[in-house]
Amino acid sequence: MSSGPARLRRAAAAGLLALAAALAGCASVPAAAEGGAAPAPVLLAPSPADPLERWNRGVFAFNEAVDEAVLAPLARGYRAAVPAPLRSAVGNFFGNLRDAWSGVNHLLQAKPLDAVHMGMRFTVNTVFGVVGLVDVASEVGLDRRSEDFGQTLGRWGVPPGPYLVLPLLGPSTLRDSFGLVADSAAAPPMWLGQEHERWAATALDVVHRRSVLIGADQLLRDIAFDRYQFLRDAHLQRRQSQVHDGRPPGEAEEAFDYDYDDDGKAGAPPPAAPSTPR
Amino acid sequence: MWTRFKSLGRLGRLGVAALLWLGLAAAAAQAQAQPEGPEALIQRLSQQVMDAIRADPAIRAGDVQRIMVLVDGKVMPHVDFRRMTASAVGRHWRAATPEQRERLQTEFKTLLVRTYSGALAQVKDQTIVLRPLRAAPGATDVVVQTEVRGAGDPIQLDYRLERVGERWLIYDVNVLGVWLVPQYRTSFGQEIAQFGVDGLIQRLAERNRAVRN
Repeated sequence: MSSGPARLRRAAAAGLLALAAALAGCASVPAAAEGGAAPAPVLLAPSPADPLERWNRGVFAFNEAVDEAVLAPLARGYRAAVPAPLRSAVGNFFGNLRDAWSGVNHLLQAKPLDAVHMGMRFTVNTVFGVVGLVDVASEVGLDRRSEDFGQTLGRWGVPPGPYLVLPLLGPSTLRDSFGLVADSAAAPPMWLGQEHERWAATALDVVHRRSVLIGADQLLRDIAFDRYQFLRDAHLQRRQSQVHDGRPPGEAEEAFDYDYDDDGKAGAPPPAAPSTPR
Repeated sequence: MWTRFKSLGRLGRLGVAALLWLGLAAAAAQAQAQPEGPEALIQRLSQQVMDAIRADPAIRAGDVQRIMVLVDGKVMPHVDFRRMTASAVGRHWRAATPEQRERLQTEFKTLLVRTYSGALAQVKDQTIVLRPLRAAPGATDVVVQTEVRGAGDPIQLDYRLERVGERWLIYDVNVLGVWLVPQYRTSFGQEIAQFGVDGLIQRLAERNRAVRN
């Protein structure tokens, strides 16, 4: 379903373009990174789940620069130019196609009830929601239950492997990177026939999804001392939770030690939790 | 009756009114003393907070002061915030002085309130749905799972509660699959390793002073 080298060349060209823009962005706004105290030198936050931290931090910085120079401005422009109802239609349309893929993944995870649920959701929205532009299914109680192929692999016991920050795509793991290959083959734009249509749809999808997160980046700056560490730990915790549909094993038995009060009841954090450096 | 009441004079009437109030307060306290299960508590708290947000445009606009009043009045009485802070700070808690502990709690609370105050603008017609509780009947430590349903993807919101005497106290919150306390422990540990407990307090305070939005 791919046209091999041509596609790859274009991806490479797009990547280079983004890199150039990012560098230009860095050069023109050197102090854009932080408001407040001078940035501390790069300190690592070692975690057994993240053996490639140095490499990942590099990619993370690259992604942030690209975002700041290209994607975030585009997303802000999109928000300013496109009225909210239309934007919500865009999100619903892509979301509906993703729902179908979620249904497939439910099936692959041997969860027939959820598969039927998502199948019904997809059908209702496609038929009654004008090819998915309106999310009528949520109104009638058919809420979204998202699954991707990384979760399907996890469900069958594939461990996440090392944490990976992918260029342009963001936080992932080795397992989820493989999952992403399957996901992208089934991604909404791939439902279109023409290649230029796919590119246009991909661009719209990406810009739309970024526009939903306007504000989240500021939130991350507000709460995290070290954005890389904060995002990494949250991402890994969240994926673990998603793979187990919100009920990861060991949750009830308290894998995490909460007793650090004055009574001197101590305990080292379990190996599952990322430990503090030094 | 009414004439009798009137004849009591101003002071006497005040006294009767005060007695009535006391009676009401006592009745309310009685109602409070009824053991309330963890699910009922979360249900009631969620509803109260949602109602308060809907009724107050200042809160929806992200007014941190107003939100703090709501949090202190409605939420904090049901939270073991000392335990939350202690376990987020981790092994350094025991070495911290009482003043440091006090300040850590204040700054951590402000950080959390500030962090989520922006999200309250999104509260509209969502409903909170409880997922079935999976706990043994006599359990004193439970996880109550809820889902915020509205447009788009449902938002997972879970709570860890511990039974203390007759009451249930929240000691961790899970947003979208991420438990806050473990999430912050690495973050705080990193700061303490680098700058010490006072350094962490100072960094938190700086964050909290830098008002944004």
